[in-house]
Amino acid sequence: MNRSAATVVTVRFFASLREATDLDAVQLTLQEPTLGGLRTELTKRLSDAQLAALTAPGVRIAVNHTLVPGETDLTTGDEVAFLPPVTGG
Amino acid sequence: MHSAVRIQREDFDIGTEWAACRQRCGGATGAIVAFGGLVRDLVQDQHPSSVRGLYLEHYPGMTEASIEKILAAAAERWRLLDVLVIHRIGDLLPQEQIVLALAASSHRPDAFAACEFIMDYLKTDAVFWKKEHREGEEVWLRPTSGDQQRRVRWRTPQDTG
Repeated sequence: MNRSAATVVTVRFFASLREATDLDAVQLTLQEPTLGGLRTELTKRLSDAQLAALTAPGVRIAVNHTLVPGETDLTTGDEVAFLPPVTGG
Repeated sequence: MHSAVRIQREDFDIGTEWAACRQRCGGATGAIVAFGGLVRDLVQDQHPSSVRGLYLEHYPGMTEASIEKILAAAAERWRLLDVLVIHRIGDLLPQEQIVLALAASSHRPDAFAACEFIMDYLKTDAVFWKKEHREGEEVWLRPTSGDQQRRVRWRTPQDTG
């Protein structure tokens, strides 16, 4: 492949999801620069149980500290975070 | 209006924060309402085993932004002179302080309502995660339906969120 610029993003996992994936932060190079492309990369690295934790009800995704509703494009340098349901206060 | 968010490991002193708020607010201030949240030693209020401690995690940057958004919403809704949230992170023991929410206004109804609104939204919208250290196990807490209901009652007909 002769891509001029691969998309490299940082992916972070918090709280129960960090424990489920055994990952804190990881840099991924994406073939397809979208959240879907990111999921494809994750399926290569994580077990079915770990992937299930990331798609469990209530898990939300933030890109650069902003929650994103569904599919979204990613660019190099983006920080994608998997957030379990919050319990502050 | 003065607005501040502090995320910190160390404890805080409500008296100090109250005095600092009085100092900042000036003569128009007629009311300050402060709420202090503590670590309970009960599991989900009913489980027989007791909580040994609590671990609070946050997402630096996003957590502060999520609270600033709540404070901005409160300031839009009520006439406020000062709002402050201090939220602790890290390992906490039962009876320790977790959170302080403080709202100051010229009149009491605005300060009372804003403080309660801020706390209700902190529960559902602020980016924190709590893990309970119980007898023989550690459990990440799940949001409660009660917290969701308390947030929903603040909705106005214009709200979509």
